[in-house]
Amino acid sequence: MDDLNEKAARRRKISHAVEIAILVVLFICFIFPFILVIINVFKTKADITTNPLSLIGEHGFTLDNFPEAMRKMNFWRSFANSAIITIFSTIFTILLASMTAFVIVRNKWKACGALFGLMIASMVIPFQVLMVPLVSLYGGVLDILNHRATLIFMHVGFSLSMATFMFHGAIFTNVPIALEEAATIDGCTRWQTYWKIVFPLLKPTIATVAIIDAMAFWNDYLLPSLVLAKKELYTIPIATQVFYGTYSTDIGLVMAALLLAMLPILILYMFLQRYIVEGVTSGAVK
Amino acid sequence: MDTNSMSYKCKQFLMFAGVTTAVFAAVVIVPFIYGLYLTFTSWDGISTQKPFVGFANYAATFADGAYWQALGRTMIYSVIAVILVNVVAFILAFLVTSGVKGQNFFRAGFFVPNLIGGIVLGYIWKFVFNRAFVALGESLSIGALSTSWLATTNGAMLCLIIVSVWQYAGYMMLIYVAGFMSVSADVLEAARIDGCTNMQSIIHISVPLMVSSFVQCLFLTITRCFMVYDVNLSLTKGEPFNSSVMAAMHVYNQAFTYKNYGTGQAEALILFVVCAVVGVLQVYIGKKAEVSA
Repeated sequence: MDDLNEKAARRRKISHAVEIAILVVLFICFIFPFILVIINVFKTKADITTNPLSLIGEHGFTLDNFPEAMRKMNFWRSFANSAIITIFSTIFTILLASMTAFVIVRNKWKACGALFGLMIASMVIPFQVLMVPLVSLYGGVLDILNHRATLIFMHVGFSLSMATFMFHGAIFTNVPIALEEAATIDGCTRWQTYWKIVFPLLKPTIATVAIIDAMAFWNDYLLPSLVLAKKELYTIPIATQVFYGTYSTDIGLVMAALLLAMLPILILYMFLQRYIVEGVTSGAVK
Repeated sequence: MDTNSMSYKCKQFLMFAGVTTAVFAAVVIVPFIYGLYLTFTSWDGISTQKPFVGFANYAATFADGAYWQALGRTMIYSVIAVILVNVVAFILAFLVTSGVKGQNFFRAGFFVPNLIGGIVLGYIWKFVFNRAFVALGESLSIGALSTSWLATTNGAMLCLIIVSVWQYAGYMMLIYVAGFMSVSADVLEAARIDGCTNMQSIIHISVPLMVSSFVQCLFLTITRCFMVYDVNLSLTKGEPFNSSVMAAMHVYNQAFTYKNYGTGQAEALILFVVCAVVGVLQVYIGKKAEVSA
């Protein structure tokens, strides 16, 4: 009996070691492209061209790629644009979607049903179907493209359906109606009840929606590229794309630009990793 | 206060959902309907007039060989990418739930590609395929690597598939991880006592109980692959010789590069219908296969 247990234990140990080995190999494959960027960003253009795989170039370690890439892609300006657009879009999405979900969950009115139904149905519409009419309406008819506010408005419009759906689920299952009734008896209006009782209870869902939407807004390329055609309004993805188009042969600068484009979100990920992984999972599973 | 009166209801609805309704309508509903109208016009993007042309755009779409080629190419790409993404994601999920040390670290690492936008990912991989792989091929004298894969027709497709698998596997892994966690330990314990090997309990216990995870991952990957644009733009830009133009890129070019807005919109609508049918069919079939313990 002891012998059998020992055998089983040994077998478990071996399979364990195999699993770890496979994981490590896969892990290296996954981060290999990032490692390549990091080792090449500190090399001169000539060194990258002669050997992109060497750890340190013949001309040694250099930081020169960064300031030049930052200047040429107008990094801080794009960063500020991306940040403003992401932050405001996310805040508006959360406020509007949670309020809407509240009125939809708590009332059986026709308008609520109709709005919610339309929102759910609209979630299958891909952006490609809307891009031409959007440009035609907002560019041709209203002529309000090339404003950050327009992009924020559109971001919010596109993300409201999904966010309302998620808040709907959260209010339906996690906010006890007895609490709201108690607040009403104590003299709260619906508006006060919402802000004092319901909204604070939605914190976990707010975090999830904030993470999913902020990442989507930050990384979005197609919509911003259609709305923002002026250089001073470029977001980071647009700036990266335009930069690559102009300086693709200056590979050292390209490496620096790519690393700079990734860095803000990677730094954030280091600190908020657990929340991001949890948020994305719970957002997807809903 | 009469909470049943029409004016109370209107006020409440407008107070909580008024802005949402307006924004949602302005960004999604109105453009969608307006887009349907645009398919019957020949707008060039500049003039204020949008001449009505009936079904000419749909006729042009059916005659647009490049569009159907792009659509067919997108389907081939999607089928291969969707299968590979899910196979890799499932294996990753299995490995990071098997109780190895540092599994949270691995989960976090595999997820990293999802944090970064498609444009940046495409350029990174362009460097990998064009420079790093070629350098590796030269130094180890491996013939298959000595020229860039991006330079050949099939190679460019292969590159797109590799990048997509790399990009989405980590995300789908998280969903499969949630699926693995939801399979109760009791059931697995019972299977083990009945003499199931690890492999058998995965195939006969975990997989059937995780059908909803599969449905979800398949839906997400199918819709994303069908609409691939960012990576397509930055990695291959449709080259060589337009052989890697996917449907979404073709639609974009048709509308914004060649200024055939009406035809572009008609092609976008057809793409949407195809994608929606495939997606819904998949969910419908998947739901039927769901079981509970």
